[in-house]
Amino acid sequence: MTAATQPPSLSIQNLSVHYGEQGALLGASLDVAPGELMAVVGPSGCGKSSMLSAVNRMSDLIPGARVSGRVLIDNQDVLNGAVDVQALRRQVGMVFQQPNPFPLSIAENILFALREHGVRDKRELHGRMEQALQATGLWNEVRDRLHKPALGLSGGQQQRLCFARALALEPRVLLLDEPCSALDPIASATVEGLIDSLKGRYTLLMVTHNLAQARRLADHVAVCWVRDGCGCVLDSGPACELFESARDPQAQRYLNGMLC
Amino acid sequence: MNRREAWRARALGLLALVLMLAPLSLLWTVFGDGIGVLDWQFLLAEPEQAGRSGGIGPIIVSTALVLLICMSLAVPLGLGTALFLVEQVRPEGRLNLTLQWALDGLGAVPSVVFGLFGYRLFVVELGWGYSLLAGGCTLACMVLPLFIRGCEQALRDCPQSYRQAAASLAISRVGYLRRILLPFAAPGIAAALVLSAGRALAETAVLLFTAGYVMRWPESLFDSGRTLAVHIYDLAMNVSGGSPASAATALVLLGFALVIQLLAWQIGKRPLSFAR
Repeated sequence: MTAATQPPSLSIQNLSVHYGEQGALLGASLDVAPGELMAVVGPSGCGKSSMLSAVNRMSDLIPGARVSGRVLIDNQDVLNGAVDVQALRRQVGMVFQQPNPFPLSIAENILFALREHGVRDKRELHGRMEQALQATGLWNEVRDRLHKPALGLSGGQQQRLCFARALALEPRVLLLDEPCSALDPIASATVEGLIDSLKGRYTLLMVTHNLAQARRLADHVAVCWVRDGCGCVLDSGPACELFESARDPQAQRYLNGMLC
Repeated sequence: MNRREAWRARALGLLALVLMLAPLSLLWTVFGDGIGVLDWQFLLAEPEQAGRSGGIGPIIVSTALVLLICMSLAVPLGLGTALFLVEQVRPEGRLNLTLQWALDGLGAVPSVVFGLFGYRLFVVELGWGYSLLAGGCTLACMVLPLFIRGCEQALRDCPQSYRQAAASLAISRVGYLRRILLPFAAPGIAAALVLSAGRALAETAVLLFTAGYVMRWPESLFDSGRTLAVHIYDLAMNVSGGSPASAATALVLLGFALVIQLLAWQIGKRPLSFAR
């Protein structure tokens, strides 16, 4: 699948997320260059997922969530109240930790979203579905059972279907929220291969708990941490540099597997 | 230890058997008493001699009409309310607590009270008189809390991850409701429908003073009419020698319930055929 346009840059500036009085993320800043993959690592509860949910405004759905700061996609602030959220979410695809295909057929999982966005022509519908399934390596596995339930697929296949479903809408940015952590090692490796193949065509922001995976996949890495009960970004930079010598001593210890 | 468990299992099995005997013997009695009277003539003809002979044709029609009015009010209103509760109202907000409290309260109100309310509002104030319409509307008020609760539960059972996925794909709310939420909840909604229709079918007290108990063929919704349950009650309590006809009517009522169950089952199973 080819992205229609060049992937955009993504810049998060001084982003804070609060749920009611409780702070989840405080003053986070990081930059993702066009077509690069930024991995966000750190212990649980340090605001990684909150950061992702601000980028495609999924945070709007959480009662009591307040987001401040700026999230720029090609220098357009998506947190601006005037932004068309539906248009934004077409541009920014998302894949979740638990594979969550709809309880529909494999084909319908992709066609449903396409039809929702006004694609009516049968040939175009089918073409874009096949393209998306090809891009995720699923086509050969499911081509003769497209009308079977998606929930009958294995976990890894389900997750790749979720990728295909997101890719079919031709987004420019992809948010991946621990996309491999619910999969067995082999399925996880396949999905990793898929993510690797997406680099360059999409701007990717991926949360992961798996440091080795971050090292394998990421161009840049950001380390999140909990400080005073609130998440923050400790350090970020090119993956190889950061893994060698993070400026922040806490981040350095974390990346080297010394967790305390 | 093992032996004791085996005995326990046997005792539970026996208990289950005994418990099954109760409804079976009930069916057996009704069947034995009523089957001799039940034929096409009985289903189509008008009652004669206060129901001792003749048939129950007008009563079947009245029952169907009352049920139709009841469900065609209760289903859209109830489903709409349940969707509002699940989609629109914040779960821990005060509005939700108030509504839940009101629903539970209404659900616990004895049906006769709904009857009095329906009598006052529909029969007297709106001037509809004893009529199928007044009866159907009153029954709708009576089953609504139950139906709303059932639908609400069915809708809440839909995993949040589908909602998240739909939101992340910029799928419209209508699209999500139509293609994901409602098909997923369909079996639960169908179950709520069966329970509510069963409740309405069984009701007598409410209908005595809203729909009345006239046995003629109904000519409009403003005519009084008697339902199967009312007919059974009347034959059993007020008409000497009415027992066989009463049992036969009970069989027809069971048939009604069965048909509703089958219909609801059809509604409930189709949308789910894609889910594993």
